[in-house]
Amino acid sequence: MNHPTKPGGFAGTPMNHPTKPGGFAGTPMNHPTKPGGFAGTPMNHATRPGGFAAPRGAGPLLEVDDLRTQFLTGRGAVRAVDGVSFSLDRGRTLGVVGESGSGKTVLARSIMGLLPTTNVVRSGTVKYDGQKLTGLAPAELREFWGAEIGMVFQDPMTSLNPVVRIGRQITETMRFHLGIPDNEARARAVELLRSVGIPDPERRVREYPHQLSGGMRQRVTIAIALACGPKLLLADEPTTALDVTVQAQILSLLGRQQRERFMAMILVTHDLGVVAGRTDEIAVMYAGRIVEKAPTPVLFSDMKMRYTQALFRSIPRVTDPGHKRLQAIGGRPPDLAAPARGCSFAPRCPYAQQRCRDETPPLIEVGSGHAYACWYPVEAGEAEADLVTRRVAGDGVWAR
Amino acid sequence: MAGSGRAQLRDSTALLRVENLVVEFPAAGGRRVHAVSDVSFDVLEGETLGLVGESGCGKSTTGRAVMQLPAPTSGRVRFEDQELTTLSGDQLRRTRTRLQMIFQDPISSLNPRRRVCDIVAEPLAIWGLGTPEERRKRVAEVLDAVGLDADSVGDRRPHEFSGGQCQRISIARALMLEPKLVICDEPVSALDVSVQAQILNLLEDMKARYGLTLIFIAHDLAVVRNVSDRVAVMYLGKLCEVAPADELYRAPAHPYTATLLASVPVPDPGVRPDPAADEINAELPSPLAPPSGCRFRTRCPRAQAVCAEREPEMREVAAGHYAACHFMLDRPVLAGHTVFEERKSNA
Repeated sequence: MNHPTKPGGFAGTPMNHPTKPGGFAGTPMNHPTKPGGFAGTPMNHATRPGGFAAPRGAGPLLEVDDLRTQFLTGRGAVRAVDGVSFSLDRGRTLGVVGESGSGKTVLARSIMGLLPTTNVVRSGTVKYDGQKLTGLAPAELREFWGAEIGMVFQDPMTSLNPVVRIGRQITETMRFHLGIPDNEARARAVELLRSVGIPDPERRVREYPHQLSGGMRQRVTIAIALACGPKLLLADEPTTALDVTVQAQILSLLGRQQRERFMAMILVTHDLGVVAGRTDEIAVMYAGRIVEKAPTPVLFSDMKMRYTQALFRSIPRVTDPGHKRLQAIGGRPPDLAAPARGCSFAPRCPYAQQRCRDETPPLIEVGSGHAYACWYPVEAGEAEADLVTRRVAGDGVWAR
Repeated sequence: MAGSGRAQLRDSTALLRVENLVVEFPAAGGRRVHAVSDVSFDVLEGETLGLVGESGCGKSTTGRAVMQLPAPTSGRVRFEDQELTTLSGDQLRRTRTRLQMIFQDPISSLNPRRRVCDIVAEPLAIWGLGTPEERRKRVAEVLDAVGLDADSVGDRRPHEFSGGQCQRISIARALMLEPKLVICDEPVSALDVSVQAQILNLLEDMKARYGLTLIFIAHDLAVVRNVSDRVAVMYLGKLCEVAPADELYRAPAHPYTATLLASVPVPDPGVRPDPAADEINAELPSPLAPPSGCRFRTRCPRAQAVCAEREPEMREVAAGHYAACHFMLDRPVLAGHTVFEERKSNA
């Protein structure tokens, strides 16, 4: 399904044929398994068929301004993304961290434009390289998917089409965006598989997803996302379904590809450990909002928001002595359909005061790109002390 | 890794003693899946044994084989002086009340159509224990112990709860018959880190309160260290290394353990991701045709010719610390990355 088999059909302007490419006509959300939509072409923009003449500005690559996404449900509007703003420069990595239900996945999908078409209320703007993406029709967005913005999803099995050979899933996007001949696309697919660390790629391109392990499948989805040389990669929990050894390899692979291609990346995860050594900047999300954002070293050494601190402290470490009592966060994330007054973290926060329950703290910038939303922030030195304590824990083991 | 041998077994007073456990499944073409091959370990009363390894290493199969779900292909499982592998159906059912399991996915392990109080009371109903009034009291008591209020949750159904709360219900159900040994099969890997901490703390509390012995199966080494007294590392159906938790993390002797440790993401930007983690070959060999000799040799940075010819036996490297490898990390090293730097300079 969903496989435009005739690259020639798109040589003209695909935008004039919105119904043409099979699966793309429906809502993008209905086709999460279709790899084609997200890959891009390693070609330069001049050769893109019927593409936009995207301005090659000097501004940030991605600008998100007051983005809001609400899902209308029987219980009312669920504010999954509730006023998120940030910008991302070329070649940089942003980590988006939060618990389940904090809105991080919906944020990634909202940037991409991968949302259901019904029962959704959206506002705010997403600008990619100066070009406004919000408000574009799916057929217009297609020009960006894959070619400019690639995406890697959490579960590689459901994001690959089980009945289509791997090679075809990789070449599909290249043929769509570039209209290059089959044999050339196939040769590139083999090279891509090699570059993402798949042994014996000539054989693998002829195989089906079920013949690969989970880690190998995720490498394939990365190859698909990279196929057309996107400038921005959205990785939504790319390693959560994988083993720890495979996770380390996949994260390194993403980092390596990113450096080589000077590609920007948004790495969405629930694990602060995953983003610590692999991002330039981190945004912590809670209840659909960014509650703290800072350059990675600053976030760890000078975290201000109490939620960030709680998240950090709840992680078990290999350096801690056995049977150490973990500092769990009590309660559960708030119901996004019925937002309460005040700070959304207040009901779970041990430091909450009356003011936290009455007034919502604004996201204030305190310099050097560090912003947080908290009335009673972590005091200076407290976070640093936390980090140092952890470093020397366990007889200095791992204090590298 | 992968070695055989029983040197790691302690005296016979262990609550659970598993010897030469083998689990094989038939596969197409007359082949066999070697899920667990000659694994021996024991668990003392009150101890927590952590069982770690990658997906497909046979750790869950080992846990289930202890429960005789299904019974192992060969080997012995001795629990409280009773040989489980020879018990008949009814005897086995009675014995199993003292062995309980907690599963990975808390939501699918609860019947969605039943109320929480019925789910938790079912073990009592099956065994006809207590009057309805006594059962209600017991349910309320155990739900309270796992941090749920029986009055407000008893009449609700599993879909109304979050993953963490469902896992609390599963734990309550497992505790109803006052088991001796609870096998926890990845109980927190489907949970968020904040909720994971709650459940790990709860398991420690329940262990103290009900005098439990735990087998804790997981792939996350940090979680395993937190709960375990002793840790066994598995690879492709074999044991690599068994040691007291602190000892294993301080001085891993097996190259596979060192690799696993090097792969753990550290929540500290001052710690760069360990390049050693990338070196290991990504693919786990097929359990249909495991490599000869040491099963880890195809991915091992230290492998030599002898590793293909001879399977290493478990041997003691320090007090209570056993590993099966021909080329163990010579001296105790502090962490995975140190290990690999050392190896490079030798090469």
